[in-house]
Amino acid sequence: MFHRESGYYKTTYASDSALYPLPIARFAVAGFAVLFFVVAPLLVSSYYLTILNLVGIAIVGALGLNILVGLTGQISIGHAAFMSVGAYTAANLATRFDLPFWITLPAGGLMAAAIGIIVGFPSVRIKGLYLAISTLAAQFIIDWFIVHTPAISGGFQASIQVPRPSVFGIVLDTQRELYMFILVTVVIAIVIALNIARSRIGRAFIAIRDQDIAAEILGIDVRRYKLMAFAISSFYAGVTGVLYTYYSGVANNEFFPLVVSIDYLAMVIIGGMGSVLGAIFGATFVTLLPIAIDLVMTSVGPYLIDDAGALSGIKSHMRLILFGGLIMFFLVVEPEGLNRLWLNIRSYFRVWPFSY
Amino acid sequence: MKRILATIAVAGGLAAMTAAQAGEIVIGQMTDRTGPTANVGNPLADGAQDYIDLINSQGGVGGHTIRMLEVDNQYKVPPAVEGYQRFKSEGAVLVGLYGTPITQALTADLQKDKIPGTSPGFGTAASADGAAFPYLFPAASSYWSQAGAAVEYAKQQMGGLKGKKIAYLFYDNPAGREGLPVLRKLSGLEGFTLNEFPVPAPGIEMDNQARDIARRFRADFVISHLFGRAPSVQINALKRAGFSLDKVVSFVWGASEADVAAAGGFEAAEGYAGLQFAGVGDDFQVRRDIKAMYKAQGKDVRESMASTVFYNRGLLIAALHVEALRNAVAANGGKADVTGTQVRDGFHQIKDFSLGGLIPPLNLGGGDHEGGGWTRVFKVTKDGFAPASDWFKGYRDVVFGMIKEETAKKN
Repeated sequence: MFHRESGYYKTTYASDSALYPLPIARFAVAGFAVLFFVVAPLLVSSYYLTILNLVGIAIVGALGLNILVGLTGQISIGHAAFMSVGAYTAANLATRFDLPFWITLPAGGLMAAAIGIIVGFPSVRIKGLYLAISTLAAQFIIDWFIVHTPAISGGFQASIQVPRPSVFGIVLDTQRELYMFILVTVVIAIVIALNIARSRIGRAFIAIRDQDIAAEILGIDVRRYKLMAFAISSFYAGVTGVLYTYYSGVANNEFFPLVVSIDYLAMVIIGGMGSVLGAIFGATFVTLLPIAIDLVMTSVGPYLIDDAGALSGIKSHMRLILFGGLIMFFLVVEPEGLNRLWLNIRSYFRVWPFSY
Repeated sequence: MKRILATIAVAGGLAAMTAAQAGEIVIGQMTDRTGPTANVGNPLADGAQDYIDLINSQGGVGGHTIRMLEVDNQYKVPPAVEGYQRFKSEGAVLVGLYGTPITQALTADLQKDKIPGTSPGFGTAASADGAAFPYLFPAASSYWSQAGAAVEYAKQQMGGLKGKKIAYLFYDNPAGREGLPVLRKLSGLEGFTLNEFPVPAPGIEMDNQARDIARRFRADFVISHLFGRAPSVQINALKRAGFSLDKVVSFVWGASEADVAAAGGFEAAEGYAGLQFAGVGDDFQVRRDIKAMYKAQGKDVRESMASTVFYNRGLLIAALHVEALRNAVAANGGKADVTGTQVRDGFHQIKDFSLGGLIPPLNLGGGDHEGGGWTRVFKVTKDGFAPASDWFKGYRDVVFGMIKEETAKKN
C-alpha cells in the first residue's frame, strides 16, 4: 500500500548506494525528523521528554551491543563496564581539564574501545558461552579496578560530579535541552550503525557470524574484524556511559552493575538481532514497558484494590511479572524479535488488499 | 515508534490531570520493593506510608492532606530519574530519595528545581554541608559520622584507644570503603592501630578475615560495615574464630532483625552491637498510634512492622517530611500551596523533634544538613535489641572538618 518499490530505477551509482533509495522511505525519515526535532521538544511535556531521554540513551547502547552480538555473532556480558570506562574517562577529562563535551564524548568512547579490544582478545580463540564468561570476568575486573584506583574514581565514594554540557555558553540542564543533546547523539549513532551494517566492515561481520571458518577462507581477517567489532561496540557503550554521566551530572560506578549488561542484551534479543531498527525497538520496549505498566497500574489499580497501602507493593511485583511475561509473549509470537514482527506487518500491507 | 507516539498523545491529557488540588500537599517517596535492597525498601516504605496515613487520619498538616506518591526505583538510576520527573510533574514539593547512586544522580536536579530531597543513610558524607548542597538533607548519620561514632563507642568500651588494635571489616564497594578516611584520620589522632579487612562481594564467606582478625591481628575491637547477607555471615564467622561479639560494633546497615535471624536468632548473636540512626523496637507512642489506626479500620497491621529497625527508619523519614511541611505551611500562612524552598526552610527549623525518642535530637538548621550525625548503639540481647548508649555523636568536629574540606575541594 505505502511501500511499493516498483517503478523506481536506479540510474547512477549514487542512487544505488543511497541509504534510503525509495522516496517513501525518505519521506518517512523526514517525517520522523520533524516529529522528533520539532514537534516533540515543542509540545511534549518535560516528564515525557525524560522518558524519551532515557530511551535515547538506551538506544545508543543497544545499537553498539547489536553490532557485536547481532552482526558479528560474538557475545559480551561486560558492556556495563565499558559504559563505566566511558563515564569515568569523560568525567576526569571534564573536571580536571575543563574539556567540552565534544571532546569528552568521543574520548570516552575511544577509551572504552581501547579497553574493549583488550577484553575482546579471548574472542579470537573462544566463542559462545566461553566468551560470555570471559567478558563477564571483564565486568568485575574493570569495576574493581575503577573503584580501587582513586586517581580514576575520584576518591572513596567512586563518584565524580560533572558539570552539565554547554553549547555556545548555554548550559544544557533542563530535560528539553538535554533531549536535543541526546537526540543529536542518537541520530549520529543510528546513521553510523546503518552504514557500518551495509559497508565492507558490516559484510565481514556478518560473514564471521554466519560461519567464521568460511569467512576466513573468503579472505576475511577474522581476528582483525572480531576485535574491530569489540572496539566499535565498546565505543558505543562508552558513549552511552558518557551520556548517562552528562544526563545525571555525576559519574558513578553503581550506575553500571552487571544487571545493566543483561538489560542491554535483553534489548538486543527482544528487538531482533542484527538489525538497527531492532535495536531501537528493543531499547524502546525494555525502557518503556516498566514505565508504561507502572503508569497503567497506578491509574487502574485503585479501582481493583481499595487498599492503597497494599497496592504499592502489589504494583511493584506485578510490574516484574508483566514485564517478564510480555517479553516471553513477544518472543514466543516472534522469536526473531520485534523487528521481524514489524517486517511482517509491513510486508502484509505491501500487497494489501491482496493476500500475496 | 508507535509506542512513543501513543505516549505523546496521552501527554496532554495527563498533564491536565496533574495539577495539585487545593488542600492537598504532594510529596514523593522512592523505595526499592523489588530490587537488590528490597529487604530494606519494603519495611521502610511501609513505615513511611503508615506514618503519612496516620497524619492524614488525624487531620493532616494544618488541615491539608498529604498525598505521598511512591516510586519503586529498584535501586537503578534510570527508573529513579523517570520517577523523580513524575513526582515533579505531579507537583511534589519534597522528595524522599532511596539509594546512593540515585541520590547522586538527582542532586543536581533537586538543586536546579528547588525541591528539597532527603537521603537518610544514602549519598556521600559531604552532602551534610548545607552550604554546598542546599536542597539535600541526609538528615541521618552518614558513613563518616558512623565511623566517628563507632570509634567513640570503642573508646568508651575499652576505656581509651592508645595502643589498641581496631579492625575495620568492610564490604569492598564504594559504600563500604567510605568509612576509611575517617577511621584512618582518627587512628592517627587517637593513636590506635587500624587494620583494614575488605570483604569482596557478595560477602557470604568471611572465615579467612575472621581468623585473621582474631588470631593474627588479635584485634581489640571490630568495626564492621557490611550489607545484605554479609552481616549475619560475619556474626557466625567471628564466633567460629573465637572472637567475642561483645567487641563488635556494626554500621547502620548491619544490625537489623533480619540479620540477627539469619545469624541464628537473638540468643546466638547475643552481644553483637549495631549503630542506629532511628530508635529500634516496638515501644514507641507512634507505633501504638499506627496499630490503633489499623484496629479502628478493622485491618491487621502490616507484617513489615515486625522489622522494627527498617520500619522505624521509614517512620523517621516520613516524620521529618511531615515536620518540614508543617513548618512550611505555617510560614505560608496556613495555605497548602507551599514551595520547595519553603519546605527547605521548614527542614531548617527542625530542632529537638524526638517523636517519643524514635528520632535523635537533630538540628537541621545552621548549615549541618545531617543534623549533627547522631547515632545510638543497640545491643542484641536474648529478648531483642536493647539500647547500649544514649543518642551521641562521635568526633563531630573532626568529621565536619573533613566534610568541609571535601566540599571545598569539589567547588
